[in-house]
Amino acid sequence: MSTSQPGIRTGPDRAGTGSLTDEALDAQTGAASPTRYREDRPQRKSNILTVVMLVVVLAYFLFPLYWLVVASTKSNADLFSTFGLWFADFSLIDNLRMVFTVQDGVFGLWVLNSLFYSVVSAVGGALLATAAGYAFAKYQFPGDKALFSIILGAIMVPTTALAIPTYLLFARAQLTDTAWAIILPSLVSPFGVYLMRVYAADAVDTSLMEAARVDGVGEIRIFFQVALRLLVPGSVTVLLFGLVATWNNYFLPLIMLNTPEKFPLTVGLWQWQSTAAAGSGAQAMFSTVITGSLVSIIPLVLAFLFLQRFWQSGLSTGGVKA
Amino acid sequence: MPFFVIFLAMIIVPLAYAGYLSFFREQLVGGVSFAGFDNYTKAFQDVAFLSGVARMALFLVVQVPIMLVASLFFALALDSGMVRLSKFVRLGIFVPYAVPAVVATLMWGYLYGPDFGPFAQLAELLGLPKPPFLAPGTVLFSIINIVNWEFIGYNMIIIYAALRSIAPELYEAARVDGASEPRIAWAIKIPAVRPALILTIIFSVIGSFQLFTEPQLLRTMAPGSISTSYTPNLYAYTLAFVNQDANYAAAIAFLLGMVIMALSYLVQLWNQRKERRA
Repeated sequence: MSTSQPGIRTGPDRAGTGSLTDEALDAQTGAASPTRYREDRPQRKSNILTVVMLVVVLAYFLFPLYWLVVASTKSNADLFSTFGLWFADFSLIDNLRMVFTVQDGVFGLWVLNSLFYSVVSAVGGALLATAAGYAFAKYQFPGDKALFSIILGAIMVPTTALAIPTYLLFARAQLTDTAWAIILPSLVSPFGVYLMRVYAADAVDTSLMEAARVDGVGEIRIFFQVALRLLVPGSVTVLLFGLVATWNNYFLPLIMLNTPEKFPLTVGLWQWQSTAAAGSGAQAMFSTVITGSLVSIIPLVLAFLFLQRFWQSGLSTGGVKA
Repeated sequence: MPFFVIFLAMIIVPLAYAGYLSFFREQLVGGVSFAGFDNYTKAFQDVAFLSGVARMALFLVVQVPIMLVASLFFALALDSGMVRLSKFVRLGIFVPYAVPAVVATLMWGYLYGPDFGPFAQLAELLGLPKPPFLAPGTVLFSIINIVNWEFIGYNMIIIYAALRSIAPELYEAARVDGASEPRIAWAIKIPAVRPALILTIIFSVIGSFQLFTEPQLLRTMAPGSISTSYTPNLYAYTLAFVNQDANYAAAIAFLLGMVIMALSYLVQLWNQRKERRA
């Protein structure tokens, strides 16, 4: 923390912070603070047309998932010989056994890797974003405005354009093919910093910090013991989206990792798919890829269903597009 | 501040390093030498790169409007209260966002596929030719469909949340005056959520030019339709990891980053100008 200059900011002074549609982002961040959704309005009458439209729309969005579920219950031979949208002989159990045992159970490792990379990146990233956002909101230090403008600009730097240069750098530092290669780049979330700055400006009462200071509490302890607790709801949002972004990330691990035992799920599935498509390897690969895909989406779909409260207010804060 | 150290290390340094690398050239004889802007002039004359950029521009022009119009429409429909089970519908449309792009592409790829894709099976049953989803001319639209499927729900939720935070008094009066729902949507709701729309546009522009996962994976299913330079990102990847030409790949990555930032900046300029006029 830059503790030397506790010149305190009052209000969310956003002048000179660049033009990254401050207004757009601000409008979004409103919901990060306690939600202000209206209660559901009384339902107006729906007519046949809207019902038909709804069914069509839902069918479109759920159709591939339905197919995936059906296909994962089929043996490789049935995939080719039976109609894709209805069940045949039930071989889900066999498929699952195959998924978890093929290549000495490497799939299980992939699940653990995905979990490990995304949890570490998300927790670390959320902490860093929280600390940085808090610092921007509550302290003045030399160059703070310039630095913040740079961070806003960085939101627009495409992550994949960074991936190749990062790879080349890591190759020099001999960091490729290690967990660091995935985690380090995933720790940085300029958008998270932006959100946390806006959030911290409102959530942490400056007079509380003053009071702590009068009592002789150091700035670092103020952050950890006073501010952090108040910042938790905002941090959880950043954390949740960091989790999704890393879990779903494909490009970065694809270029950074060579050892199959270190792959996350996404890259592992890709490898199986290329083997299956090339027609080499085990003949039953397609059903394995399909069942593996089903297994790999279940954790996130469940997480989204159960954590609705968080992401619904969280997505309105903007969120992270993988 | 640990954040700034990592921020610097992970964003500024790679950017600078890409810029630095892009000015060099590795030769079979003589090793690495300074090449000035050679890599850039090469890129601007490189048909593979330019056609990739053009393809992404086409992708952007087709995909982003479809996606955002659909998202806006669904958000308005859900917000209007005319939809039953709106919570269920909202989740149903959003759930693809929780599916990794890799899995989404695999699913759609199999669905498109001529072997055991249900569309091909249906066509066969009816004695029709198999739909050419993965043919060179149509595969771009197949990719557009995948990306739409993944992100319509995500954008819908952002817009929906913005709609929910409009004060109802703003349009209750209009409703009393007998304005129709579409009229209210057009005159009151859409202007009120414009900031959210701008945000989704910017993220969509950034996202589409980075297109990589979908074409790279579909390539395993339709190698004839998707070249290794299909998108600029795929091209940079091929250059760096297949051709081992890190310097040229760095130049491409750097250029791509510049194109995306320029476009996002344009969106903002356009937004500010409109705002001033309003």
